Formats: sequence, structure tokens, C-alpha cells
Amino acid sequence: MSAKRVELTALNGHQRMFKFHAVRKTVQNLKVIENLQLNDDHHLLQLKVPDPLETINPGQFANLLVDHTPAVFLRRPFSICSVDYSKNTISVLIKKIGEGTRALAQTQVNSYISGMFPLGNSFTIPSEPEKILLVGGGSGVASLMNLAQELRRNLNDVTVLIGARSSADLVELDHFSRYGTVFTTTEDGTKGEKGYVTDHHIFKNQLSQFKRIYSCGPEPMMKAVAAKAKSQSIFCEVSLENTMACGFGVCLCCVTETIEGHKCVCTDGPVFNINQLKWQI
Amino acid sequence: MRLHRRAGIQHKSIKMADLNTTIHKLELKNPVLTASGTFGYGFEYDDFLDVSLLGGIVVKGTTIYPRQGNAYPRMAETASGMLNSVGLQNRGARYFASDIYPKLTKYNTNVLVNVSGSTIDEYIACAEIINDLDQIAGIELNISCPNVKEGGMSFGTSCTSIENVVSAVRKVYHKTMIVKLTPNVTDIGELARAAEYSGADSLSLINTLLGMAINAQTRKPVLATITGGLSGPAIKPIALRMVWEVSKAVKVPLIGMGGIMNATDAIEFFLAGASAIQVGTANYIDPTITLKIIDGIDYYLNYHKFNKLSDIIGCLQL
Repeated sequence: MSAKRVELTALNGHQRMFKFHAVRKTVQNLKVIENLQLNDDHHLLQLKVPDPLETINPGQFANLLVDHTPAVFLRRPFSICSVDYSKNTISVLIKKIGEGTRALAQTQVNSYISGMFPLGNSFTIPSEPEKILLVGGGSGVASLMNLAQELRRNLNDVTVLIGARSSADLVELDHFSRYGTVFTTTEDGTKGEKGYVTDHHIFKNQLSQFKRIYSCGPEPMMKAVAAKAKSQSIFCEVSLENTMACGFGVCLCCVTETIEGHKCVCTDGPVFNINQLKWQI
Repeated sequence: MRLHRRAGIQHKSIKMADLNTTIHKLELKNPVLTASGTFGYGFEYDDFLDVSLLGGIVVKGTTIYPRQGNAYPRMAETASGMLNSVGLQNRGARYFASDIYPKLTKYNTNVLVNVSGSTIDEYIACAEIINDLDQIAGIELNISCPNVKEGGMSFGTSCTSIENVVSAVRKVYHKTMIVKLTPNVTDIGELARAAEYSGADSLSLINTLLGMAINAQTRKPVLATITGGLSGPAIKPIALRMVWEVSKAVKVPLIGMGGIMNATDAIEFFLAGASAIQVGTANYIDPTITLKIIDGIDYYLNYHKFNKLSDIIGCLQL
């Protein structure tokens, strides 16, 4: 552990290049430092980690325990959307969907949540700076937030395209604007271009300038993005979200079909290259 | 060293009670094992706990041929439990023997393999391969998987088919053979007797209960296979009742499981007649739960002034 910390410190400057660390998974009681309501559906929780944070790679997630109610039994997975090594905190974006996420969104500041992390693989970061497009939909922006930061730190040229139903559903645009150029689409046309992300002018005539596309959002959106990337042979990774029981590769419930058979989204993913997946695109 | 320090719990305890228990020829340092399919091959838990502290582990269901398992979605959360329909995804007994087994020998505990199949010949072939692995302490014969089209549970629901498969595997497997029973039957005592009569050294129960979840919004079943196996605290009362019934029907030692979430749950199974227990679904929520349960059992025995675990096995006060 100490060796890893030393390495991290050495790389902590503005230009530190990305390096994947296989970090030990832990279960810790995380103290809620801040619970920020972003809109009707979304809360951003900042959680203090008791043990010194080791590197958390962009795309990795945490499995949070909801205080027991009979209906909410298992942990809930959330992308770790930002990491503050100086404060030793991680942040997660909670979208209220069911009982579990509603309970987590109502967590009071200074209370504790049991978190299991860091889980899963991560997005592949290019070894040399490149022109990169991030495409997020809905709460899928969560897994791209840490990625945008990491890409920018490695001097990549980052463009972010975020789609939502309506302007009120767009979250964390300010975060992304710190690390790249941000475009939006809304289905009702209340902000940015009207339509789906793949209707945006970037997809119409500017796609070829990008060397890589990373995407996270509803599966139909990711499939549409993947189809566009594939048609122009652009490197593309997507982050999947399958229902899971454990989060560390033992229950085998969250599998997705790949060219190498069933793979666990929690350990072989959540990030997959689109060429690995058996998507009909 | 006291286990609870490793598990992160702090409470004072006087002295360690004798937690040893025996399952046929297996000497277990404590009565806590992990249920097949919930603990992978053990090493998935290395980050969280020292697997060697457990009484034993039962690794993922293994078949002679590799199996891709069922389609996604395979899991549905239900009130106080979950349904799964994994369908025995595994890479086959030969891959297990060549690639996984060498990684398991580092554990200083009993490693058992859950053996399954679609035909009796497949059970035999799989058991023969496992029989050659010196450091595998025993097998758990899975005649109770509800999530496969052929074999699995269908072997475990009639006395005749239990006798056929258990006696056939008995001929080729020479170490401890545990038979895992299904709860999806009318009279589990009768089936337990059939397994004992056919050569089982021990019985483990219960496997999951056949269940179903429906999404009212989409009007579709949640699981790709429509039905699946229910586990978690929701099934504990049924599991306790069945362990109690089987304990009166057979003489072989029993391994109880079904919704054990803490030490008190485990104690209830000992009182009902189980000599050891398996922890399943609880591992998903707290991967260190097994160590906490071991500690809690010790605490209970001390608190109630029992010197050893065997003092409470089958000692339900009627």
C-alpha cells in the first residue's frame, strides 16, 4: 500500500499521466459531508472516506448500502463521479428511481453510509493526448465526470455532449465545462439542439475529427453512439449498468454477452469496448 | 488472536468457546461455511477477509462440461431476499482442476466443490475428476438447482431419482459426500432418508425456493427465465422448519442454510439440529459477515455458559 501511495504522490502534479492501479477493494463507513440536491431527481453526495484514498480510476463504482428496509435488501451501485484526494472524499450522483435511491438521496449530512469500493475496471486513457468525445445521457454523466477530469489532466482535447429529456434534467454541466467544450441536446429543445445526442451536429459532420468516444447513458443511446463510432471505425468504450447482487464477481447476475461469452459487468466491466459486445449495431 | 478484531468488531469476550464441529470425516475449526454460488472460488474475497479463518468454503457449482448459464436478467430483488437464475455458469470440471484448483490450495481450510449435472453420467464424470484432487475435502452433490432445464432440481424431487444419482456418485467418490436438498418438495424428510440410505455422509439444506417476480409496468417477468430461486432472510423460517424435520428423519450430520444474516440466525439453525451452517446471500451485502457470525456464535456460547458448540446442536427446548 505504501508503495502505491508514493507512486501516486509522485504523479500528483498537473501533468501526471494516467496509470491503472489495481487497488484493494474495501468496505468502509462513509460520512456524508454534503448532500446537494441538483434538481427534482438528482442528488450529489460527497462522502468522507476514513482510510487514506488510493487511486480511483475513472469508470469505477461504489456499492452503497441502504439502511435496511424489507424492500431494499442489496447494495446499490453508483459511479464514483469525482475524487478529492486532499479532502479524502468521493462523490456519487444519485438519481431517485426506486425506494433505495430515494432513501440514499435523503441521507442527512454527518450520517454514515456503508460503501464497498473501488469496484470494476475503468475507461482506457490514451497514452498520448488526443481529441476525445464524451457522450452522456441522463444520470450516465456520473461515470464520465471523473473521466473528463482525468483526460484533461493528461492534456487531452475533450468535447462533451450531454443529452437529456429537458433542460431541467441536465446536471453537472459546470463540472464538465472546466475540462472541455460542452454541448447539449434536449428532447424538447429547451436547451441546446433539439433531439437525441446522435441528432447533434457533431454526429452529423464532425465525428471523424475524434480519435476516441466514451459513452454512458441509457442503453439505446449508447447503442446509437456505438453504431456511429463503428461506422467510422472510431475507438469507443461504453459503461454498462446491469442489475447486480454483489458487485465483485461472485453472484454472476450482472452478465452481458460478449464475444468471449458471458462477462460480469461488475468485474470485467462496467466499461467495455464496443467491439467486445455482441450488440447488433 | 480473536477473530472479531479482524472483522472490525470490538467487544469483550472471556475465552474462546470450542467451535469445532464434525461433518463425517471433516474436522471444521468452526461451523461457518460459505454457500455455493455466493463465494465464487474464495479468492474473490481475499481483499475482504482471510478465507482460511472459515470452517470451510463450498465453491461455485461445477459441471463436467462448461456452461454459459442463463440469459440476462438473472436477478430480481424481492422483499427481504432475492431471486436468481444464474443457471450454473461455470467453465467445467477439467478447467477447474487445471486452472482453479491450484489457486485454492493456499487456503488452510476445508474446500468443497458443489457438483452438478444434467445426467447421472455427467455427475459421475464430474465427481471422478474432483475425487482426484487431493486437497478438495469433499463434494456437495447439487440435486437441487432450480435454474437449469435438465437435471438439477429434477434429481432431487423424487426418492427414486435421488437414490439413482447419489448411489451412482457414491461408487466413484470416496471422500465426504454432502447431498444438497431442495425445499421444493412436499415431504423433505422422506427425500432426506433416500439420500442417507443411498450413501450421503451429510445433508445440506435448503437450496433456493422456486419463485417469480413480475414488473407490473412492463407486464413482463423480471427474470429472463421467468422463474428463479429465492434466497435471503425471506426463506429462513422455511429453512429452519425443514432442518428441524430432516433432523428427526436422518442420523447423518446436517448443514443448515437459508437466509442466515447474523450469528443469532446461525444459532437458530444449530438448535434446530444443524451441525454446521452455510452463509449465502449475506456475503453479497457484507463480504466479512462470515467472520462476524463466527465471533457472534462464540459470544453467544460464552454468554449462555456453554463450553462448546456441540452443547447446543439439536437442543431445541420443547
